[in-house]
Amino acid sequence: MRLPSGGQIDRTQKLSFRFDGQYYKGHPGDTLASALMANGVRLMGRSFKYHRPRGVLTAGSAEPNALVALRTGGRQEPNTRATTIELFDGLQAFSQNAWPSLRFDALAINDRLSNFLTAGFYYKTFMWPAAFWEKLYEPLIRRAAGLGAITTKPDPDAYDKGFVHCDILIIGAGPAGLMAALTAGRAGARVILADEDSRMGGQLNSERFAIADMTAPDWAAQILAELSTRPNVRLMSRTTVFGAFDHGIYGAVERVSDHLPRPAQGKPRQILWRIYSRRAILATGALERPIAFANNDRPGILNAGALRSYANRWAAAPADTVAVFTNNDDGHRTAADLMAQGITVAALIDTRADAPTLPGVECLAGAQVIDTTGRLGLNSVTVRLANGRTRKLKVGALGVSGGWNPNLALSCHQRGRPRWDDTIAAFVPTADLPPGMSVAGAAEGQFSTHAALSTGAARATQALADLGRIATPPDLPQTEDTPSRITPFWHVTGDKRAWLDFQNDVTVKDVKLAHQEGFRAVEHLKRYTTLGMATDQGKSSNMGGLAVMAELTGQSIAQTGTTIFRPPYTPVALGALAGRSTGQDFRPRRLTPSHTWATEQGAVFVEVGLWMRAQYFPRAGEKTWRETVDREVLATRASVGVCDVTTLGKIDVQGRDAAEFLNRIYCNGFAKLAVGRVRYGLMLREDGIAFDDGTAARLAEDHVVVTTTTANAVAVYRHMEFARQCLWPDMDVQLISTTEAWAQYAIAGPNSRKLLQKLVDPGFDISNDAFPFMACTEITVCNGCPARLFRISFSGELAYELAVPTRYGDALMRRIMAAGAEFDLTPYGTEALGVMRIEKGHAAGNELNGQTTALNLGMGRMVSTKKDSIGAVLSRREGLNTPDALRLVGFRPKNPKARIPAGAHLLAKGAQMLAANDQGYVTSACYSPCLQTHIAIGFLKDGAARMGESLRAVSPLTGEDIEVEIVSAHFIDPEGERLRA
Amino acid sequence: MIINHPLLGPCDAQEFIYKGDARLIDRPDGMSDGAEAAFYDYAYLRDNPAGEHRELWFHEQGDRSWLVVTRNTLTHEITSVELARDVARSRGRSA
Amino acid sequence: MHDLAPLTALGTTRPRQDTIGPLTISEAPDWALASVAARLEQERACADALAGLLGGPAPGIAQHVQGAELGAFWIGPHIWLIEAPYTPDLAQRVKSACGGSASVTDQTDAWVRFDLTGGGIVAVMERLSNLDIAQMQPAQARRTVIEHLGCYVIRHADSLTIYGPRASAQSLHHALVTAAKSAL
Repeated sequence: MRLPSGGQIDRTQKLSFRFDGQYYKGHPGDTLASALMANGVRLMGRSFKYHRPRGVLTAGSAEPNALVALRTGGRQEPNTRATTIELFDGLQAFSQNAWPSLRFDALAINDRLSNFLTAGFYYKTFMWPAAFWEKLYEPLIRRAAGLGAITTKPDPDAYDKGFVHCDILIIGAGPAGLMAALTAGRAGARVILADEDSRMGGQLNSERFAIADMTAPDWAAQILAELSTRPNVRLMSRTTVFGAFDHGIYGAVERVSDHLPRPAQGKPRQILWRIYSRRAILATGALERPIAFANNDRPGILNAGALRSYANRWAAAPADTVAVFTNNDDGHRTAADLMAQGITVAALIDTRADAPTLPGVECLAGAQVIDTTGRLGLNSVTVRLANGRTRKLKVGALGVSGGWNPNLALSCHQRGRPRWDDTIAAFVPTADLPPGMSVAGAAEGQFSTHAALSTGAARATQALADLGRIATPPDLPQTEDTPSRITPFWHVTGDKRAWLDFQNDVTVKDVKLAHQEGFRAVEHLKRYTTLGMATDQGKSSNMGGLAVMAELTGQSIAQTGTTIFRPPYTPVALGALAGRSTGQDFRPRRLTPSHTWATEQGAVFVEVGLWMRAQYFPRAGEKTWRETVDREVLATRASVGVCDVTTLGKIDVQGRDAAEFLNRIYCNGFAKLAVGRVRYGLMLREDGIAFDDGTAARLAEDHVVVTTTTANAVAVYRHMEFARQCLWPDMDVQLISTTEAWAQYAIAGPNSRKLLQKLVDPGFDISNDAFPFMACTEITVCNGCPARLFRISFSGELAYELAVPTRYGDALMRRIMAAGAEFDLTPYGTEALGVMRIEKGHAAGNELNGQTTALNLGMGRMVSTKKDSIGAVLSRREGLNTPDALRLVGFRPKNPKARIPAGAHLLAKGAQMLAANDQGYVTSACYSPCLQTHIAIGFLKDGAARMGESLRAVSPLTGEDIEVEIVSAHFIDPEGERLRA
Repeated sequence: MIINHPLLGPCDAQEFIYKGDARLIDRPDGMSDGAEAAFYDYAYLRDNPAGEHRELWFHEQGDRSWLVVTRNTLTHEITSVELARDVARSRGRSA
Repeated sequence: MHDLAPLTALGTTRPRQDTIGPLTISEAPDWALASVAARLEQERACADALAGLLGGPAPGIAQHVQGAELGAFWIGPHIWLIEAPYTPDLAQRVKSACGGSASVTDQTDAWVRFDLTGGGIVAVMERLSNLDIAQMQPAQARRTVIEHLGCYVIRHADSLTIYGPRASAQSLHHALVTAAKSAL
């Protein structure tokens, strides 16, 4: 029901919304929970396991019960807390975990079976037969239990990431946080004040007492008005600080658009902020805890403070007649406030025999609520009076207060353990806080408003002093300073089920069972009963559960301890963690200089790391990719082809010691590489395994250009910087990447020289004599464009690589194509490149796979013994040099049409498919259009000595079992005559 | 984590690549007698202290400096950050 | 003069310009870059040569210096990037000034440059980079990560320059424009 007056809602405006299809109206300022309550709705969901009818328990983010699916279509979001959803016009929400309807839920049968469905039930029952678990039991259980269903449609909204820096981060904008922000803001520090609520002020928005001569909400608004004028203070409402990470880094989620029907054009739904702080003040207040008693989970039974919040902040109540059940003085404040808002309080039930009285209400001291009735909502509570008699009270709602827990989760995110404080019967933070953090107000266990204000100011003053700023704390306004009086009381003794964890349906009985079965440590208790493991992470339940366990073991609560608090404080959407890295934007793309041209040619692209490379260039009439690739290979080998090889890493190595440096980086010799020459180089890791290969071109005595494989460009650069800075700090060598500075094209095939001669400017002689295989030079092309020319070949043909500044790459490719027309120049992609290198027996990523040595690759003799280079010593280890070590060989199928599966393992004829019989494996396979047969290369034990042998290439994955002949890996031109032509 | 770079001041650890034990600076001489045993130690044997650990970090998304960071593996407290090149020289490495 | 037509990093002949609210994001292709790394034990001579080129001391750590013709910013210990209005021979010019005191590498086409001018620079950049842009003073230059891309960011009095990897120009441009639309 909506109360006739009060509340921070705008009664002049109406918002229309739907819950389970039914239309309702609310006001701006409402949450979904307050609006439903104002409309007389108490039943909002069904519980996880027993499908018990449930209503709202809290008025904030700790809510375990009132979880709904919000919105529809791709924006549908399950498990959203009705207590934090800001109402907007047109809002649609749906109850969860109920079928066919919330009021009649077929699986409520589970509630009748509760004697069987106790803690550990699944572990004990669904043990046999083992195979049934995955196929039968688990799917059934998952369907019966559980939370809302996720949408399978893509989320249409965007999520941003952001980074902010501050001197002092203040988490929570209640009285302590506001006073801390005021103190630090006035002192000129960079302050961020973050609060999960849409309206800052924290608990002050739910109170009726005065601060100075204002109402509490008005006082908060006045402070916020001042803070909002300060450029050094950033107010971040709707922002949950969910984790305290190392060295002052905090994670936060700002819900930018969750309160809107949909985000504005181009705006994100949420922002994941990474907050860099020098100091942080935790001012997150306290969370009320329930008391367990029989049937304490009916809709209409709320935390007392929540009942007070609904009445004061939202002018809403679940019923016109209520009762309050408490073990502390704060329950009395609730009762007083409810009466002030015109609600009838039938009784104030206080477990304490010496409970104070409250004018206007019957106070039942030393009494306990022992049971309740009402299937879909509370009808009555049964009270056992101090004298032992029982009394039934007809009420539609019951506010329960078992005391307040300082909301200290973030103070423990770096494994801090809280300390039990007897005076407030709660855990409080210790000095073992995340470095830079201090705690103020109720989060520290300071429950009065005066104490919150004064500790807020004091913590800010100290933080400022730490940062070298002198602060004058603001005058503290007059306000309530009531001591917190409580007598701990956790659960009412009885036989019926009394709920501790509402969301996961854990009762006092379950804790007793855990104790009985030996799961007594809190971490065991948690996992055995699932206490505190729901999406609310036990904010309302953990304390009660471990208090019951303490009672059973006879230990104190302090000895029993708590489970560990971990981020996130409240659930964080995966979309927020992904940020903009989704779909097409998952990672940036790197485009080659010929990308536009290749797109125009209809190239099919393939992702190679971040690069988009042309995979092949299909022509009209070609039906399969193989047809295209075969043509590209044959045309290149017959005449000339061109391929963009810009993606290879290029590192500019300069300095007097450049060549000697490379001599230590590569396992083969480089010191004597002549200017104007290129050499193939193999890099090893220090453990002797091959790391990367490429070429090094010596452009000058003190200048070498190194190429790396596309995949390893970054790792090789890092490795070389390590060697330069950490191993040989006094070598004169300087490194810088130039990968993207040059557009580089491979021009390969017997007509490549003739083609190049049309482009290279007169005055540069590239004849075979002047510019032989493995030569390099700086030239100009196309009438003066600076270029580099390398006579290197990956295809095995007469070939060159020509590089020009990237901005001219597109124009150069078009010029090459025009010049090559008379030779029927064919552009080829990575597939043809791969076929040609397999035909030539060149190793690539499949062979340099992190498990192979130079010896395996057939390059064992390249590892120089005359010098010290990285990896040389360990490459000579006995274990890597056994006679049967793997060797790179080629394979030809007996049937030329039989595909050899890459990854297949090699077995002798008739050998069983066992690891013990494994002779090696196939690394790269293709169809060779030149040889008109499938071919492959790979590693075979003692392979060099086994030419001509027959083996089987077996792939248990694909079921293929192919007879192959061992041949040289150099299928084409083994003498290298074409290269040198 | 924040690494207080000796040149650039506090930097987010996300900008760095972690390599491992700073002992990797002490690479044995591959041409010396007993090199194989020395390299076995160098490549494979590491202390794994619960506490202070000197380790190599590369400021890949920064100034490309290799750093020696002294970090407590239990608390992540960082007590010293040095340029690895300076450390290398102080440990007798040269050309 | 050769007749190969250059393309901008975004793959067009004309530089791209986008205005989002108060902010303008401009691709700036008309800049040349060369890296200068001091040779071992030539640090002083290299700094002197740079001072000659810049008409003042070489930029210190994380600094940018604008000379009469050339600008320069620090990118690592004893290594700088020199920038100038586009000329194909910047690297040669710098090399001849430095002689044997430095290794010089042409970096002109390794990078794409975007200039951010107008309002909202801080609001946009805090969605992109962990740098404390609000506190970054004019003439500061830092490397940072923007949507997985390593970039240099230079703060000027009323603008901001970003150099990003050229091959990813389109991705970087998309990130800048998207962030601007989101934040402004």
